[in-house]
Amino acid sequence: MGSIQLQHVNKSFGAHAVIPDASLTIEDGEFVVFVGPSGCGKSTLLRLIAGLEDTTSGEILLDGRDMTAAPPAKRELAMVFQSYALYPHMTVAQNIGFPLKMAGMDKAAIDAKVKEAAATLNLSSYLDRRPRNLSGGQRQRVAIGRAIVRQPKAFLFDEPLSNLDAALRVNMRLEISELHQQLKTTMIYVTHDQVEAMTMADRIVVLNAGNIEQFGTPMELYRTPANRFVAGFIGSPKMNFVDGAEAAKHGAAAIGVRPEHMQVSTSAGAWKGTVGVAEHLGSDTFLHVNVDGLGLMTVRTEGEKQLHHGDTVWLTPDPARIYRFDKDGRSLRAN
Amino acid sequence: MATRQTRTLARFMMAPSVIILFVWMIVPLVLTLWYSFQRYNLQHPDRAGFVWFRNYYFFLTDPAFVQAIGNTLILVVGVLLITVIGGVLLALLLDQPIWGQGIVRLLVIAPFFVMPTVSALVWKNMLMHPQYGIFAWLAQLFGQRPIPWLQDFPLFSVTLITAWEWLPFATLILLTALQSLDEDQKEASEMDGANFVNRFIYIILPHLARAITVVILIETIFLLGIFAEIYVTTQGGPGYASTNLPFLVYVQALLNFDVGGASAGGVIAVILANIVAIFLIRIVGKNLDA
Amino acid sequence: MARAASTQRKVTVTIVAWVVALVIFFPILWTVLTSFKSEGDAINISHFFQTPWSIESYFEVQSRSDYFRHFFNSVIISVGSTLLALLFSIPAAWSMAFAPTSRTRDIMMWMLSTKMMPAVGVLVPIYLIFKTLGLLDNAWGLMIVLMLMNLPIVIWMLYTYFKEIPVDILEAARMDGATLGKELVYVLVPMAVPGIASTLLLNIILAWNEAFWTLNLTAANAAPLTAFIASYSSPEGLFWAKLSAASTLAIAPILVLGWISQKQLVRGLTFGAVK
Repeated sequence: MGSIQLQHVNKSFGAHAVIPDASLTIEDGEFVVFVGPSGCGKSTLLRLIAGLEDTTSGEILLDGRDMTAAPPAKRELAMVFQSYALYPHMTVAQNIGFPLKMAGMDKAAIDAKVKEAAATLNLSSYLDRRPRNLSGGQRQRVAIGRAIVRQPKAFLFDEPLSNLDAALRVNMRLEISELHQQLKTTMIYVTHDQVEAMTMADRIVVLNAGNIEQFGTPMELYRTPANRFVAGFIGSPKMNFVDGAEAAKHGAAAIGVRPEHMQVSTSAGAWKGTVGVAEHLGSDTFLHVNVDGLGLMTVRTEGEKQLHHGDTVWLTPDPARIYRFDKDGRSLRAN
Repeated sequence: MATRQTRTLARFMMAPSVIILFVWMIVPLVLTLWYSFQRYNLQHPDRAGFVWFRNYYFFLTDPAFVQAIGNTLILVVGVLLITVIGGVLLALLLDQPIWGQGIVRLLVIAPFFVMPTVSALVWKNMLMHPQYGIFAWLAQLFGQRPIPWLQDFPLFSVTLITAWEWLPFATLILLTALQSLDEDQKEASEMDGANFVNRFIYIILPHLARAITVVILIETIFLLGIFAEIYVTTQGGPGYASTNLPFLVYVQALLNFDVGGASAGGVIAVILANIVAIFLIRIVGKNLDA
Repeated sequence: MARAASTQRKVTVTIVAWVVALVIFFPILWTVLTSFKSEGDAINISHFFQTPWSIESYFEVQSRSDYFRHFFNSVIISVGSTLLALLFSIPAAWSMAFAPTSRTRDIMMWMLSTKMMPAVGVLVPIYLIFKTLGLLDNAWGLMIVLMLMNLPIVIWMLYTYFKEIPVDILEAARMDGATLGKELVYVLVPMAVPGIASTLLLNIILAWNEAFWTLNLTAANAAPLTAFIASYSSPEGLFWAKLSAASTLAIAPILVLGWISQKQLVRGLTFGAVK
């Protein structure tokens, strides 16, 4: 139905390789998130799959068929753009029905399909409006509606939530996940937000400078990051890294400890430091501790902990949860 | 940004325009160049042949040519002076808060939309006519003898008419540029104690510099080709007193049937226009990057 | 600045501006007024506002020189050349705006440079070619010449408008299964309607007023209003009122169009260098 395979895909602009060499297999029905910092090539990769850019070399297979040279229209994929890319001169109904019209479907059938999609997305009462008269969340839904009517082989989402405010973003995140549960269609979702990646994905592709750093389930990435980049990117707040003599004690070029894997004590512990900023979130407290000789570290502790700027604390990392990296940043497994 | 397929399509979509423009430019230009080396008179088609630079020699040594070049320059420079200075002043005036600004603006830009033959005829007859024109009536009102403008000051009259046509263009563009001047900057300079003259010299004029350059270049391109105004009012006369280069070429070609000579004149006109065009293209090109 | 002083200043500036504007507009105003006079009254400037008004000049113009035939020639030539230009330029501008290559810039610059070629430089061969092809005094011939004359401006204007349309939306159409043709017809053109309309208007104005080729390539049949008006350049007795009526008729439609499109005009005439 909707498996997607990339084989040694390369995309270069002149001498500059945006994607040096990417290979990837996405199974039918999977929800895969491409995540990485801005400029890591995640959107380019999505556009290559969509057919909006062509590969410099390598193949793209959809359902096992080579589609590398096929135009977007022939790939039977649907895309939701960051800007929504709604047609401003068409009504909501016309927007949603546009792919069907392009496919040559007759008017009655289009109407029926549009109504059905609108009902799913709570858009029924807005069908005659134009996009400029809709809120951000509604526009987002129209864009999704336009994508689902065609029953594509896969959905491609390009940072679809980044133009929404925080509260709406959480809602839409749930809606998209819900949609995936209903449709069971392959979805590829691009984001720079690791929280979206962790909460939505079946599997995550972490990209950095055009390279696939790791491809795995959210918990795999969290528990066994392949390298220092993935370790630092996945998890919030970010992992603390220590190198030099302290790392050498563990037989590594660098070690990493997640903020949630450290004990805080006001009396004794491994690393002594001074509290800088304390962020009290209620449920948790994040302490930014200036550790003597090691630099700034973030640590998560329970919300009720009363620690303030200037307090002296001791941090003790959970020895089982210390990540070790070699000098190239690769993870060292098994002590 | 796009796929190879899109780029290939794009080439096909652009091709028709490129091809017709190329043909439109290159074919006549090559022919003009070719004719300019030929003895070719439509009245004496039998006496044809390659004459090298004879046409250029005759055209360039013709006293009418020297006069036409002089007239072309006077016309272009005169109109530029009037329209740029007048345009800056008018733009400054219209940028002030006034009642009925919209209507004033419409009145000022109106002459630009009047077809050249109409403006020329209206000025020739309604305004400058030595018996029935408004100017004559005004002169008599003040006890003066009416001046036969087109007889006594043909080039000045043509310059005046053309300037009237192009003043709105300069005003409109300079006004647009002026309105894009940052309000904060103006206010800051007022706070800094700059009076109007200082503000004009140090803030407004530098801001307008680019727009003024664009106005000068575009007007020059059009003014080098002024034709209808002369055709309708003076027919280049008296003598060659108001003949410019295009009109001279027209006279050679369609009145004297001297294709060779006219073509030589045409080539010279192309060379002159290209000198201006190079500068204009550079400016527009720079804008394309921004 | 104090309120009172500011109001006083506004009054002064307003008076000056209106006087200047009326002086500039005067030739047009006077022409329109004169067109409603009889020939005898038209030249009686001293009593201009006491003599009666009439519209008889308009009827005379029509019966004497068949104004409407020239008017229709003007309409056909200016609208025809504009539509032809759009047909060529919409695909070209699409290419330049949405699928630029390393050479696009040079091509655009080159197109602009063709616009700068003085018409006299090519008058002779065009005249001879048209004579050979029987296109002299032919509306089609003029339509083609004016289309070519204005094509660079039209492409440039459309390009600057297309540039403002987010490429995402065209890509969305591609994803939705639209072919290039459908992408243009259903998405790009409807979205660019304001830009296309003002391009259309400017081009009609330019073509309507073009007075080099229209004078040199037409005689009786295809002559548009520019030539019709030029035929009044040799006076025959008193013809002020008729001339005014004819002029008013020739400029009125285009003046209205010009006023409507004045904002876009700046952009079109400066190839986007001043916005």
